[in-house]
Amino acid sequence: MAHAQVLTEADNTRFHLTEDHHPENGTLLGFWIYLMSDCLIFAVLFACYAVLGRNYAAGPSGADLFDLPIVAVNTALLLFSSITYGFAMLSAQAKKVTPTLIWLAITGLFGLGFLSLELYEFHHLIHEGAGPQRSAFLSSFFVLVGTHGLHVTFGIIWLVTLMVQVTQRGLGVEMKRRLMCLSMFWHFLDVIWIGVFSFVYLLGVLK
Amino acid sequence: MSAASHDAHDAHDHGHDHDGGAAHGTLKDYVIGFVLAVILTAIPFWLVMGHVLPTPQMTAVAVMGLAAIQVVVHMIYFLHMNSRSEGGWSMLALVFTLIVVVIALAGSLWVMHNLDTHMMAPMPHDMREVP
Repeated sequence: MAHAQVLTEADNTRFHLTEDHHPENGTLLGFWIYLMSDCLIFAVLFACYAVLGRNYAAGPSGADLFDLPIVAVNTALLLFSSITYGFAMLSAQAKKVTPTLIWLAITGLFGLGFLSLELYEFHHLIHEGAGPQRSAFLSSFFVLVGTHGLHVTFGIIWLVTLMVQVTQRGLGVEMKRRLMCLSMFWHFLDVIWIGVFSFVYLLGVLK
Repeated sequence: MSAASHDAHDAHDHGHDHDGGAAHGTLKDYVIGFVLAVILTAIPFWLVMGHVLPTPQMTAVAVMGLAAIQVVVHMIYFLHMNSRSEGGWSMLALVFTLIVVVIALAGSLWVMHNLDTHMMAPMPHDMREVP
């Protein structure tokens, strides 16, 4: 019994030491856990779409509505933005401010291109009378894809904020930590998009 | 004793991470990941747009399989996941999340499909069809 107590005390001491020593590991792990909770939101929206996705209410189906070339371009834009963000991270690690800013700007432009195409698609669908109120399929489609689009929007706002901060403060430890968090967020959105284009668009046009 | 040496090793690893920032990739990692992602994206689009496989069911299985592989590729090469990052805690969170995701998806489909077949049998074809 006494032995166990000694061990616990030793553990406590070590625990405190580790905590004081590594603050940023805590940030990144915490951000990762946020991403996992976000993943659950998307899982529920995917489940919703899986259940409702074939209830067309005698309205148009995915095969009638989806324009695969646009989806392919969107996928390419997001994939390119992923690798350019990777280049931004590599430049940041090398402490090169200007290349970091340029790569971040390119990433943001790819993100904006993605958003514009998605908004164009939504506008087109609503204009054709296939808005979210048309059928359960379209409601779940707009919620799922729209939530992803909102995430990309906030990702771009965050990216611009970080670009301003990099110009003002350079690439210190805390800026790298912030860039790392956005990097995880951005790549995570690309992972969600894999599910969207495969499950919603590609499977949606299959008859 | 072995636990103590393991802890010491862990602490050392953390110190190393600390120096170079967090876990991050090299140019090679990003390029390999990007090339794999492009291939794994192009194949499903080609399968669907070119009507390559004989039945839609086969195409659907292939598309979902390739998507699963691409998710793993992104996790490894872009998100730099491995069993050691953050002392294993991020992997633990990921595994827990995946379990909940599988329960949510499989459970929803199972329950709703069951309800559908039991309650909506006389409805028109396009209303009761479940993926």
